[in-house]
Amino acid sequence: MLNRYLKEKGIESILFAAGAVAIVVLFLLCIFLFRDGILLFENYPFGEFLTDTKWFPTADPEHFGLLPLFLGSLIVTVGAILFSVPLGIASAIYISELANPKIANFLKPVTEILAGIPSVVYGFFGLVILVPVVQKTLGIPTGQTALTGSIMLGIMALPTIISISEDAISSVPRSIKEGSLALGSTRWQTIYKVTVPAALSGISAAVMLGIGRAIGETMTVMMVTGNSAVIPGFPSGLFAPVRTMTATIALEMGEVPQGSDHFHALFAIGSVLFITTFIINIIANYIKRRYRFNL
Amino acid sequence: MPEIYDNGTEIEVKNLNLWYGDNHALHDISIDIPKNSVTAFIGPSGCGKSTFLRCFNRMNDLIPNCRIEGHVSIDQEDIYAKETDVVDLRKRVGMVFQKPNPFPMSIFDNIAYGPKIHGMGKKEMPRIVEHALKSGALWEETSDRLDTSALDLSGGQQQRLCIARTLAVKPEVILFDEPCSALDPISTGKIEDLIMELKKDYTIVIVTHNMQQAARISDYTAFFLLGDLIEFGKTNQIFENPQQKETEDYITGRFG
Amino acid sequence: MYSNAKINEKIAFGLLKIATGMVVAFVLVILYYIISNGYSAISLDFITEMPRNRMTEGGIYPAIMGTTYLIIGSMAVALPLGMLSAIYLTEYAKPSKTTWAIEMAISNLAGTPSVVFGLFGLAMFVKYLGFGPSILSASLTLALLILPVIIRASQEALLTVPKEYREASLALGVTKWETIRRVVLPAAIPGMITGAILSIGRVAGETAPILLTGAAYFLPRLPDSIYSEFMALPYHLYVLATSGTSIAQTRPIQYGTALILLIIVLCVNLVAVTLRTHYRNKLKR
Repeated sequence: MLNRYLKEKGIESILFAAGAVAIVVLFLLCIFLFRDGILLFENYPFGEFLTDTKWFPTADPEHFGLLPLFLGSLIVTVGAILFSVPLGIASAIYISELANPKIANFLKPVTEILAGIPSVVYGFFGLVILVPVVQKTLGIPTGQTALTGSIMLGIMALPTIISISEDAISSVPRSIKEGSLALGSTRWQTIYKVTVPAALSGISAAVMLGIGRAIGETMTVMMVTGNSAVIPGFPSGLFAPVRTMTATIALEMGEVPQGSDHFHALFAIGSVLFITTFIINIIANYIKRRYRFNL
Repeated sequence: MPEIYDNGTEIEVKNLNLWYGDNHALHDISIDIPKNSVTAFIGPSGCGKSTFLRCFNRMNDLIPNCRIEGHVSIDQEDIYAKETDVVDLRKRVGMVFQKPNPFPMSIFDNIAYGPKIHGMGKKEMPRIVEHALKSGALWEETSDRLDTSALDLSGGQQQRLCIARTLAVKPEVILFDEPCSALDPISTGKIEDLIMELKKDYTIVIVTHNMQQAARISDYTAFFLLGDLIEFGKTNQIFENPQQKETEDYITGRFG
Repeated sequence: MYSNAKINEKIAFGLLKIATGMVVAFVLVILYYIISNGYSAISLDFITEMPRNRMTEGGIYPAIMGTTYLIIGSMAVALPLGMLSAIYLTEYAKPSKTTWAIEMAISNLAGTPSVVFGLFGLAMFVKYLGFGPSILSASLTLALLILPVIIRASQEALLTVPKEYREASLALGVTKWETIRRVVLPAAIPGMITGAILSIGRVAGETAPILLTGAAYFLPRLPDSIYSEFMALPYHLYVLATSGTSIAQTRPIQYGTALILLIIVLCVNLVAVTLRTHYRNKLKR
């Protein structure tokens, strides 16, 4: 009997160790990321990292300015969101409120295909098909622009936004919708005055997660945005090449000597990226928890 | 209320109180439940009868922030004592639930599940399964298809399978938590016959909201209301000559 | 006569339809371009031959093998770990600060960019543990990347097992672990496997993490141990499409590689969806 008790306790401890693996991984990830990132500031002032407007890692003297890269990520992400949020929410409304069940059951897996396509394939598609289109349509010297990146990232963020918004919209209780219809509202008035506001928290969480996905995307932006590290204007910067934080890490890590300032600068960029997505995730979680539909 | 029973006392409860969080669900309940007989718990829904039943095999332990005070002993052994092994307790005190809950396995494996885990050999298994199914009055209907899924049985058959599954573990006490509430009248009749049969060898406690059922099969009846034990006695006496006003009101259908 | 409200509704519904149509159009256009340009490049030789002539001719065999090793390696680590973690969280964990912290950690890991995992893999596996740029480093990195996906899928699978099964077993005097092992897990395993299969697609397609942890531009032979560098499909596509002097010349190989990747991902999704429907129906019975 004691044996059995010990066995059960033993198994529970093993399972607890496995259960806590996510915390361990997150902890290690912070340590290894920040450790190499902080080493940059032994030789390069933290203030300059934040405020310097130039990223010239191989020039003499070196410039490790975060700003052009951070703003590069920002402009591509903002563009992607402006493009994908209206489209994604509209599709989510259509799928959950208007489409008949057969069509909805066809549309859902189709949008899920978008989630499955690897980012490098998106990048390849963007590079080969979209870049020339953008260049010709706008008559600009190169089609590798922030806008191109925004469009591709927007498409990639669509499945996240659609599926989470769709969940939120379908979970609005029927009784509320019927209440509105019974008062003589049209279906559309019910949707935009009752259903969507009631689902707003879920939709906001979907948008936050879409932003997180877009800001962290690497291969696609690297292949279609031209990667020049200059501070972009807005909105003019949309039509010029930019370089994001993610692309910088992936492009330059292969060529830097390990342990150099440049190496540590890339880890510092990675730390900023990690902190950014961490905050976005916390906000998304908070929104989801706080305003969950209670019935 | 302590009473001397012919067969002796099986379960002894003294001053039992139970809380779900801040909700005081059972108030200071004391009762002695006799051996080898059928005791029924009746009362309107929400009166705490099922909760009380689940104290006897400590299924309430599974509910977060459920707290119990008081004394419960089975066969003179304090089941809430520190050294009590809950797993052993549940072997001694079997339970049949409201909804039939066979495992998604074959009929044979459902019955063999308990004995196998409790260390019976493979060779004895067919004999154990046959015996349990016979005691559960299910052998004749299923002997030719023991390896088919238990989920293919009818609701009533599934419930008898669950009884047989409990019998295979050889308990002393069997708790029935409204075992017929999901069944049709014919299946209900079969289960009632079976329960009458089983009381020769087992102590049986049954929760039911069906008063006719309690009157038909039980030797003793306890009436609960809003977490209090209102009245307990021989079934005849409770139904024919209730001592408490609330009991009479309930039995004559004035509320509930 | 239509009222204003009716006209507005017509316009709004029209716009919603157009938006949804655009989303479907994106899917079709992307699939169309990759498939129509890629299928002519694909042949038995394409998937079984080594690249030739500075990768301008020949097949993509080593990249396919490399991706296969990564899938096997990362699943071997992430699957058991993720399943055990999910068992703890759904069956044992009680609401507490620790449980809350674990849940938060999982959702934050799920939202962490893959390139950050790449940096972590580089710092920890390649450098600190000294595995070097290798299959081992990349597989471990990818394993951590898909861990949250597997944990979430396994949790969902466990939650679909009816609580009645657990109660029935416990009431027979069976211990908690035996109950999980003999009743809960058999019912949940198909769902867990489905989740795992879905993450195969993710492993096959990820580029940024392996770029930092051991993917090679070109290798003349297959890797001979877990400490070797490797070629992989997504990195191969990236390299051919963006660097070197023969980008235009190797276009067919690029399309072919993209199509192979797409086929892997779509097949994996199809298998997972089929499995899921099959077992859902079975549990219902």
